[in-house]
Amino acid sequence: MSNKLNHSMSLAKPDALGISRKQKIALAIGIVGLFILALALFNTNFPNKALFLSLSLGLITAGTVIYSREAYLTKLEGIKNDGAWFKSISSRGAWGWIVGVVLTTFYIVLYFYPTLLGLGKDGAANTGLISLFDPLSNLLSGRPASQWFVYGTLYTVAIFAFGYKFILKYRHNRYEQIRTVSVMFFQLAFAFLIPEFMYRMNSNLPYYDLKSVWPLNYYIFDEWSVKGFLSNGNIGLALIIFGIVSIFVITPILTYKYGKRWYCSWVCGCGGLAETAGDSFRHLSSKKMSAWKLERWLIHVVLVFSVVMTVAMVYTYLGYDSNDFWLTKGVFIGLVIGFLTLVFAVIMYFKRSELGKDAKYGAIGFFATIALLMGMHFTGTTEEVFFIKGSALRSAYGLYIGSIFSGVIGTGFYPILGSRAWCRFGCPMAAILGFQQRMFSKFRITTNGGQCISCGNCSNSCEMGIDVRAYAQKGENIVRSSCVGCGICSAVCPRGVLKLENDSMEGRINPTEVLLGNDVDLMKLVNKQ
Amino acid sequence: MEHIVIIGNGISGVTVARHIRKLSDKKITIVSAETDYFFSRTALMYIYMGHMKFEHTQPYENWFWDKNRIGLKKGYVKTIDTKSKTLHFAEGDTLEYDKLIIATGSKPNKFGWPGQDLDGAQGLYSKQDLDTLERNAPSNKVCKRAVIVGGGLIGIELAEMLNSRSIPVTFLVREDSFWNGVLPEGESAMINRHIKNHHIDLRLGVNLKEIKADDTGKVKSIIVAETGEEIDCTVVGLTAGVSPNITFLKDSGIETNRGVLVNRHLETNIKDIFAIGDCAEQREAIGQRRPIEAVWYTGRMMGEALAQTICDNPTEYKPGHWFNSAKFLDIEYQTYGWVFSKPRENETHFHWIHEDDTKCITVCYDTKDKTFLGINTFGIRMRHEVFDRWLTEKRDVDYVMNHLNEANFDPEFYKHFEREILATYNNKLQTA
Repeated sequence: MSNKLNHSMSLAKPDALGISRKQKIALAIGIVGLFILALALFNTNFPNKALFLSLSLGLITAGTVIYSREAYLTKLEGIKNDGAWFKSISSRGAWGWIVGVVLTTFYIVLYFYPTLLGLGKDGAANTGLISLFDPLSNLLSGRPASQWFVYGTLYTVAIFAFGYKFILKYRHNRYEQIRTVSVMFFQLAFAFLIPEFMYRMNSNLPYYDLKSVWPLNYYIFDEWSVKGFLSNGNIGLALIIFGIVSIFVITPILTYKYGKRWYCSWVCGCGGLAETAGDSFRHLSSKKMSAWKLERWLIHVVLVFSVVMTVAMVYTYLGYDSNDFWLTKGVFIGLVIGFLTLVFAVIMYFKRSELGKDAKYGAIGFFATIALLMGMHFTGTTEEVFFIKGSALRSAYGLYIGSIFSGVIGTGFYPILGSRAWCRFGCPMAAILGFQQRMFSKFRITTNGGQCISCGNCSNSCEMGIDVRAYAQKGENIVRSSCVGCGICSAVCPRGVLKLENDSMEGRINPTEVLLGNDVDLMKLVNKQ
Repeated sequence: MEHIVIIGNGISGVTVARHIRKLSDKKITIVSAETDYFFSRTALMYIYMGHMKFEHTQPYENWFWDKNRIGLKKGYVKTIDTKSKTLHFAEGDTLEYDKLIIATGSKPNKFGWPGQDLDGAQGLYSKQDLDTLERNAPSNKVCKRAVIVGGGLIGIELAEMLNSRSIPVTFLVREDSFWNGVLPEGESAMINRHIKNHHIDLRLGVNLKEIKADDTGKVKSIIVAETGEEIDCTVVGLTAGVSPNITFLKDSGIETNRGVLVNRHLETNIKDIFAIGDCAEQREAIGQRRPIEAVWYTGRMMGEALAQTICDNPTEYKPGHWFNSAKFLDIEYQTYGWVFSKPRENETHFHWIHEDDTKCITVCYDTKDKTFLGINTFGIRMRHEVFDRWLTEKRDVDYVMNHLNEANFDPEFYKHFEREILATYNNKLQTA
């Protein structure tokens, strides 16, 4: 039931709100840049690849920059969401679907048919789009480009160009600006440059994006990866130890202090793209209760899958004899079960009352995981777990979760499902961080007493589909495992009701029925529960 | 089972219904002619601006009402027969009640201007008003210029809305500075400048004389009373305040003045009939509050209190410290306690304004004993809880000024101004 009466079906001019001439020129510049990529894709052999690659990426960036400056710098500082639900591209209109289909197709080709992009097979030289990126790859790491290098470059350009747009859009908001500079930095340095330089220093080291933590980085404990690290002396050993410390030490400490936002909206690459290129689609996430229920099932199933898959992978390449290496199959399974049991026991002891009904689901999840691990141990051999090949489990995970869910659906469906479908429904890392955020963290979004007017701007702009208003209008702080702390709900609130902050754990969750501002006796009467 | 009927599905009616459901198993029916489901009236502007769609302004999903056994009836109540406890609808059907809660809100004021009912002249209060605006002013091709009459909160919202579609706006304000019946001079002047910075043609100290029609009976122009100037326009927004929407009660025997008269238990003169929200008028003053408060928060608070009374726990409506908020284009406004437009007897105002002209505060305190009485804050968010506590504790103004950072509610990494404010405050004391 849209209130907008003049729906336009026109592809040429789908939007009631026009764009300025300068913005049209900017769009044209960007499209020329994309067109060069398209020509390369169709095997145009550019004479000077370095020049045309620079031209292409330069034009795309310049177009976005000019467009954004015209969009935001011509107006006073403030919330710039005018027409978000009118524009075809950001309201699941024709352009939204077209972009969705193009992105989805790109991901399918990228993951499953890289030769179509021009990837040279078996040492053959690259052609097409990938060959266009050879000069840059050679410059950085001294090897020809791969489809992943092309993807990484475009990804980084997108985060920078749209990050710039985002910074202008929120130029009154320092939280948003600093956060965006942070994701730009981590993308450029950690995901893009450092791994290339590491390759240059030691070409035997597996690709390792230091900020990508297991289980998001699901291949770090693969046999080839671990062997790759261990066969490279101290630096390799240091890297794999860092990988283990990341998830078991660094992550819990930072999440306790700042909530999962330190990762999801300040560091993570998936989050970085969602916050920048995906910003125009953030309001498309579903806020329905049914979507929340689906989310909780789906993300935890993926988490269990990723834990079991990783354990299975490691399990199959460990030995039986403790004389060879202290970490045998049996010891390893014992350690994993012991650790999970410890976590489960601690939660049940300290947080049982907070969990309520969810405790039952938590227990089911725990015992299902333990049962799977035991089953694995008793059916496991060097090759097989559950009588299927361990590597089959691993490749199923890589295919369905790593590629299809996180890439094809997660990013390809931006214009349909909103910018964080993967982070919300699928990311096992987000599940772990979120669990901790809900249980042991100082982070919350504070609701400002009785000031909420239930307008819904907060819920509308929540990319994680949290119905923020449902809490704010009850005067209740928002403590949700899925919150990535992007801060947009607080920014768009017209009445100054929401504030992201790290404060003491006590009184963090504060359900109220009668809000601040009414009769104090009545508040006491009704709010005591 | 006792049947509670509530007329009006705004924040007041819905709050009382929700709380009655929590406290009891009574049968509850909410009647509305406006929309099928509760929506946030304050968010109507964002639909026109494209920030949200209408369904996003509904705080509860549609299954909520069934799940909580709150009946919804769409219909327009024409008359109330208080003897037989029956509502008569314009559609011809009837509904019996055991207890009746009137929560019908407001309607836009019209002051008998010639042409005020022409096609193109409209208020902005209901969902229907929004639909009308969408028809009258879909774009700046259809609506070449709009004139807004009345410089209050709805007027400036309407100006922002039209501005979002690049429709030129002339804003007629009766006062010589925007909303200066409520805002102190420095704040009001800052908002004047902010409005003009948005390229809105703000005219201060002028009144509407008449609205003129073209051959087809549509708005064509308006005449300014003071200057006689004719301004061509196709839409006229009438936003000179609101008044209780209670004409349907005329012959019901329910006592009314401007609003439905109620006592502190929110009871009308007739047993088992109550009134809450914008349409209720207090018989006896509550502190310094006006007898009719057309504010979201007070509507909600009355609903919270009345539910207790309905559910056999007679409770007076006793609102706590005054607070309110609004947004003027890009500048947020919050107020806690009382800050009147001019300091009253034995009151002093301290005013600080930032050099960027988008942030300022005004603190009101007792001249004699220096008790802190209230604060207006623009462009800086403050904590409701902290000011509520300070007002209860009757803190003196020095304490408040020295602890202002405890009340700051701006997002992280924002620049803080407490030190600058305190320096200005101390400076003024020395020169005073």
